[in-house]
Amino acid sequence: MAPPSVFQRILDYSHRADPYPLYAELRKTPVRREEDGTYVVSGYEEIVSLLHDPRVSVGRPQPGEPRDAEKEPPSFLRLDPPEHDRLRRVAMRHFGPPHSPHQVDGLRPELFGIVKDLIDGVAGRTRIDIVDDVAYPFPVTVICRILGVPREDEARFHDWADAVIESLDPSEEGRPERLRRRENAVVELHRYLGGIAAERRRNPGDDLISGLVTDEGPDGAMSPTEVAANGALLLIAGHETTVNLITNGMLTLLRHPELLDRLRHEPDLAIGLVEELLRYEPPVHLRSTRIALEDIMIGDITIPEGAPIVLALAAGSRDPKRVPDPDRFDPDRRPNQHLGFGGGIHYCFGAPLARLEAQIALTELARRLRNPRLVTDPPPYRPSPELRGPRHLLLDIDGVIQPAR
Amino acid sequence: MRVIVDLTRCQGYGQCAFLAPEVFAMRGEEALVYDPDADDAQREHVLRAAAACPVQAIHVEWMAIQRKGMRTAAARPPLGDDAFRKTGRIVIVGASLAGGRAAGVLRREGFTGTLTVIGGEPYEPYDRPPLSKQVLAGRVPADHTLLPHLSEIEAEWLSGAPATGLDVVAKRVTLADGREVPFDRLLIATGARARPWPNEAEATLDGVFALRTMDEAIRLRECLAARPRRVLVIGAGFTGSEVASVCRELDVPVTVVERGPAPLVGALGGVIGAVAADLQRAHGVDLRCEVTVEALEGDADGRFRSARLSDGTTVEADVAIVALGAIRNVEWLEDSGLAAGVWGVACDAGCRAFDINGLVTDDVFVAGDVARFPHPVYGYQFMALEHWGNAVAQAEIAAHNMLSDQMHRWPHLSLPIFWSNQFGTNIKSVGVPTFADEVAIVHGSVAERRFVAVYGNRGRVTAAVTFDQAMWLEHYQHLIEQAAPFPPASHAADRREPVIPVPAEMPDRIEATQVTVVVTGHDPAERRASLVRGDR
Repeated sequence: MAPPSVFQRILDYSHRADPYPLYAELRKTPVRREEDGTYVVSGYEEIVSLLHDPRVSVGRPQPGEPRDAEKEPPSFLRLDPPEHDRLRRVAMRHFGPPHSPHQVDGLRPELFGIVKDLIDGVAGRTRIDIVDDVAYPFPVTVICRILGVPREDEARFHDWADAVIESLDPSEEGRPERLRRRENAVVELHRYLGGIAAERRRNPGDDLISGLVTDEGPDGAMSPTEVAANGALLLIAGHETTVNLITNGMLTLLRHPELLDRLRHEPDLAIGLVEELLRYEPPVHLRSTRIALEDIMIGDITIPEGAPIVLALAAGSRDPKRVPDPDRFDPDRRPNQHLGFGGGIHYCFGAPLARLEAQIALTELARRLRNPRLVTDPPPYRPSPELRGPRHLLLDIDGVIQPAR
Repeated sequence: MRVIVDLTRCQGYGQCAFLAPEVFAMRGEEALVYDPDADDAQREHVLRAAAACPVQAIHVEWMAIQRKGMRTAAARPPLGDDAFRKTGRIVIVGASLAGGRAAGVLRREGFTGTLTVIGGEPYEPYDRPPLSKQVLAGRVPADHTLLPHLSEIEAEWLSGAPATGLDVVAKRVTLADGREVPFDRLLIATGARARPWPNEAEATLDGVFALRTMDEAIRLRECLAARPRRVLVIGAGFTGSEVASVCRELDVPVTVVERGPAPLVGALGGVIGAVAADLQRAHGVDLRCEVTVEALEGDADGRFRSARLSDGTTVEADVAIVALGAIRNVEWLEDSGLAAGVWGVACDAGCRAFDINGLVTDDVFVAGDVARFPHPVYGYQFMALEHWGNAVAQAEIAAHNMLSDQMHRWPHLSLPIFWSNQFGTNIKSVGVPTFADEVAIVHGSVAERRFVAVYGNRGRVTAAVTFDQAMWLEHYQHLIEQAAPFPPASHAADRREPVIPVPAEMPDRIEATQVTVVVTGHDPAERRASLVRGDR
């Protein structure tokens, strides 16, 4: 049997804590053909070019996915134009500009309040878990409020979301079982959200799901199945990505104590810090849903029609051909043009919210945790190589500082 | 705090409008408007917005060090005459975008000699694109458009006295107030001005405007705020169309009169022009094509009241905006011996000016709207571009080359890119659409006015234009650079039908005739060109 390729080693769980040396090796061949015909792209310029290439579709059927006829409709993340554009525009009407420009910025006081309560909740303890105590509950509470999903149901959709994320793992290990779990989870999640959508159609509130089902804009409202599919996307994305951004952020700060100290005194630092995190320790490492619709020449390589494409975003953001000194964590980097949220028409829908959440959470944690120390470094990681982040991040602290204000 | 967005780079992600909604706003899906001098209370919001921009197009406070595309190059200073770099004298004539940009780059590249910037207007350098958009709409005061802290570049800024003459042999610029400014190397960046209404008496009627300068924008804004009965826009190029768009935004009735078959035809051809015509009419513009204005008529008090059109009709209006394009500011160079005329000042791809014999000069450089340069991608045709992005890019090349020797000069090879915001739609273009015989819609829907049009010339891609589809433009820019075959393959994710090219309907070029070149002498050492001015 052939030795595993660099990409296969990246997928292997044993490299989850530090995949970056493997990314460097991967980048030696920025567009690389795997044994099974998949093309793994790891150079910054090559990734940007494919993100903006109309000959690349995101509709690649995932292994084990049901056939078209029996399938629930996909979310806009898995659709090409023009369907993608329409659904994303409808969703955007209730989330951001041009229709609702103040929506996200207006949440800031509430975001502060949620973080404050979560940190207050660990006062008196000397050991905390950044994941379970702050980084997970914070964005979940926020996305539930935005969507209008009852926070009390969290335990149920936590399991569904986990099942969906695990199925994203492109490795073969335990795949049939994971896919079965995923299928069940998707059916249940869609049924759950479909129920909420039907209820909001009768009694609309000021939440996003109510907006989607009652929209009277030029593109019309979403159908109940569209609401379920796209609501599920936002719910899962709101669950499984920001948690990594905040946790990776705290881990990186604890590995750079001088920055943790600066963050206590320089509120503006959080802005550049979060951008640098998105480049250096991003929540989303790989995207593997794309497929070439025709032969695509990139550099001197041709990706043939029909070939699956994996974009190694986290490798691209550390491409030394693009970023000077890419393995150095530098929150003062300007400009900082990274692939943390992807690019092109599928650029992360929730990016502005994720940025604010991470800026606020990291600043408050830096200010309020007294003498935080890592219990284990590296921490244990969750299984997914795509949405990569620690399962737990245990810290010892000497208590919590009460805010002066 | 000063903010400037490089809309050449902007792809309409809208992240800034999320994070600083009081400063940045989307008008429609992709058209960004912003306040270039945001209230200091917005500081944190603006910093968040600038950091979040996916293409890093937002410059805060200090423009000169912001365009980092050239940073690696700056790290190794250009190799030129070292003494010149330390103690030489550089004069820049023109204190707008190109001149200001060049001044910043000269200092960044280590020029420590004396630097003088001569500006004809009584203001610090300012940014013109907002004038016909957010300033005219009353969203932003005109004085918010000053370019970020250009004046802090270490230079002598002479404003208010335009240059009136150039002596290339004695290396001297003469100013309107009689002063003479000596130089070792000169950059000509005098730009262009609005073409005035040809009938001088009619042009002086109260209510007749051109739109190019801050003063003109301020006066026109006052007029629009007074809610005129109707505005007449003469000429449906980009400026005229943007003014019409602002009128509709303010709910002011507007008539647009265009000599050609549709708006924007001169830049984008008849096929896309027809889409622009639909866009205008859908927003309530009274658009009259293939018609000209024969006379502007005033009342006894000298106020503009109506216009007589070539189709025999009359338009009653209180304001007339003359948007007939630009005239390059070259009059001050008339006796300089440079190849300067209505076409601009001719130069090589390295921005060095040609003299009237077509010989390249060593110490005189040209950049911005006034420059006419050969572009290798377009068959080495000479072109003059009135684009924001070209002024910036060409000024950077010129500044670099002013400090470099022959071996280290850079060619100005960037593809032209421009944008326009009108009627809630963001229009962007890359390449040279007029250098085309065919055009094809390759992406999106013309009916929804969200599409990508690709232009081809003899089987090669030469340009692309997007309406609210800016994120795809980069791909087509790459096709142009690769001289990819036209029409491009039809497998874009959203195409179900084949791409069908149609004639691009480019207007015939009207050749400038005001200057004629005459050659005299027989011996090669004696043969010389000279310019004869006036129609012959």
